[in-house]
Amino acid sequence: AMEELLPSHFPASRAAAVAAAFIRYRHAGPGRGLALGTIRRAHREDIDAVGRKYHLELVLEDIRDKDSAVNCTAEVLYPLDNKNTVPDVQFTLEGELQNSDEADDMFYNQIKSLDKELVARNIPDSQGNVSPELEPIHLLAWAASGYVIWQNSTENTNFQLAQTKQVTQVKRSDEYLQFDYMILLHEMVSQEIIPWQLTVLWHPRHGVQVPQDSRQ
Amino acid sequence: MWVLLVLIGAGAVSAHPQDVAFEGQKVFRVTPQNDEQVETIRFLASNIEVDFWQPDSVTLVRPTMQVDFRVEADDASDVEHLLRERGVDYRVLIDNLQAALDAQFDSKSRTGAHGYEKYNTWETIADWTADIAAQNPDLVSRSVIGATYEGRPLYLLKVGKSAPSKPAIFMDCGFHAREWISPAFCQWFVKEVTVSAFLQQAVETYGKDAAMSTLLDRLDFYVLPVVNIDGYVYTWTTNRMWRKTRSRNPGSTCVGTDPNRNFDAGWCTLGASKNPCDSTYCGSAPESEKETKALADFIREHLSTIKAYLTIHSYSQLLLFPYSYTYKLPPNYKELNSIARAASEQLAGLYNTKYTYGPGATAIYPAAGGSDDWAYDQGIKYAFTFELRDTGRYGFMLPESQIKPTCEETLLAVKYIAKYVLEHL
Repeated sequence: AMEELLPSHFPASRAAAVAAAFIRYRHAGPGRGLALGTIRRAHREDIDAVGRKYHLELVLEDIRDKDSAVNCTAEVLYPLDNKNTVPDVQFTLEGELQNSDEADDMFYNQIKSLDKELVARNIPDSQGNVSPELEPIHLLAWAASGYVIWQNSTENTNFQLAQTKQVTQVKRSDEYLQFDYMILLHEMVSQEIIPWQLTVLWHPRHGVQVPQDSRQ
Repeated sequence: MWVLLVLIGAGAVSAHPQDVAFEGQKVFRVTPQNDEQVETIRFLASNIEVDFWQPDSVTLVRPTMQVDFRVEADDASDVEHLLRERGVDYRVLIDNLQAALDAQFDSKSRTGAHGYEKYNTWETIADWTADIAAQNPDLVSRSVIGATYEGRPLYLLKVGKSAPSKPAIFMDCGFHAREWISPAFCQWFVKEVTVSAFLQQAVETYGKDAAMSTLLDRLDFYVLPVVNIDGYVYTWTTNRMWRKTRSRNPGSTCVGTDPNRNFDAGWCTLGASKNPCDSTYCGSAPESEKETKALADFIREHLSTIKAYLTIHSYSQLLLFPYSYTYKLPPNYKELNSIARAASEQLAGLYNTKYTYGPGATAIYPAAGGSDDWAYDQGIKYAFTFELRDTGRYGFMLPESQIKPTCEETLLAVKYIAKYVLEHL
């Protein structure tokens, strides 16, 4: 049974937030920030004994260029299963994202060439400022938090990254960059702020990985 | 401490009237006769910085409408040239805005911490409430409607030209401590309407026109710049992410009640928690919080004059109306929905900021005990909750650079609602 939903009301908006989080995890990084723009259409399908699947038509925006909008279709399936609660997300980007190689490589080289491991706190700060030097670290948190948000979302949650409390670089001998993040997630339905620790690996050609994370 | 921060285009955060920020700026009055002349105005607005005084934005300009706008000193002669060339009738209402402002405002400059484009501490806001009332005695008066849990005075500003039995609109900000853009908007709003009222007067003086009817002639605004003062202070001193009040909960180490779950509107039935440690804790009883009780008492006492209730929150870019405590729709749902749609369109017209509108329960989530639902059920038929910028990229930590555009666009929506209310008394 397929039902059309008001696209920018909940529950479509919650499913769209999950889709956006997952897409960020897959495609965003220090050189690319992806914001959820308009939710154009939404349908919900009840699948017997499986779960509820949301069919979404979204617009994603590259934050560096407000006029660059990419249409996207996504499906978010929240399972009925008590054991596996991670929603399944499938998506197709219609069109290409803006190339972020230059920004990614610049960040990569900057971090690789640091003498001391990078440490930073409160991004953004209380007044919402993010210094230009820390913007890529902020965007990386936004991308990596997409993983945590995706893994922990249900139809009754709507997570956003609220702030990076602390980030510490961990030097590696291989080609990856590693950062230990302590972030704050804002869960909109309960209005709770949830601290979360995550290990983030990143490489310009391999994207974001979150090998370990733990709710605090 | 009067900080002169006038209108769009002034780059300074705080300016002394003698800072000549408006030196040579002119205000024009044009009445376009046809679509071609409307196009001339649009052409102007897309090529130079034009600050529209009336209507609020270029998108609202229509033939035979009186259009007033301000331009930079450097652009004034080009503007006159273009208007003459295109055969558009115009008049210069104010020949030198700086001179007009200097004539009105005290030359005493007080550099201080208050700014309209930054987040101010509670102490600064408190001082500002006193200053803005002192500077505009005919328009603004300050009163205290109660005290917070920690004993801070709850200041209320009444804004409007004195006249007997005027209808009023009540607007509050700062229910939730971490939503800093909210009190910033209340401050901006008061600044805008008081400056605008002065300038209207200047126009009348210079323009020798019949008095233009302004919102402040016919309406009073009650503005509560920060409801949850204790919580706001706490976000500055201790925890930027705090939401609730700071009242002690007997039998618990957890502090605070969610003020927007604490009103007597389906209290604590849905979308609120009975656990004092939770962010949406509804309190021990409706109006258990001194802040919510003071607000409710004031509204009850002024129920016959209050025609609309607005409460400002962040974030999510939503314009909500009743109900949130039930999925049931209010009797004037269609009207509220069309007001919300139009107000959202006004808002979006400025910077293309998209808002979603609808009843709270279906737009965002069911949540009982909200002040908007309570005000509505008291008989205030126009009750709206704004959730301001953004949609999650910065969330509560909205950069100060976004204060001005957020406030400018929101003001258009609030003005729309106010005009609608006046037209439907």
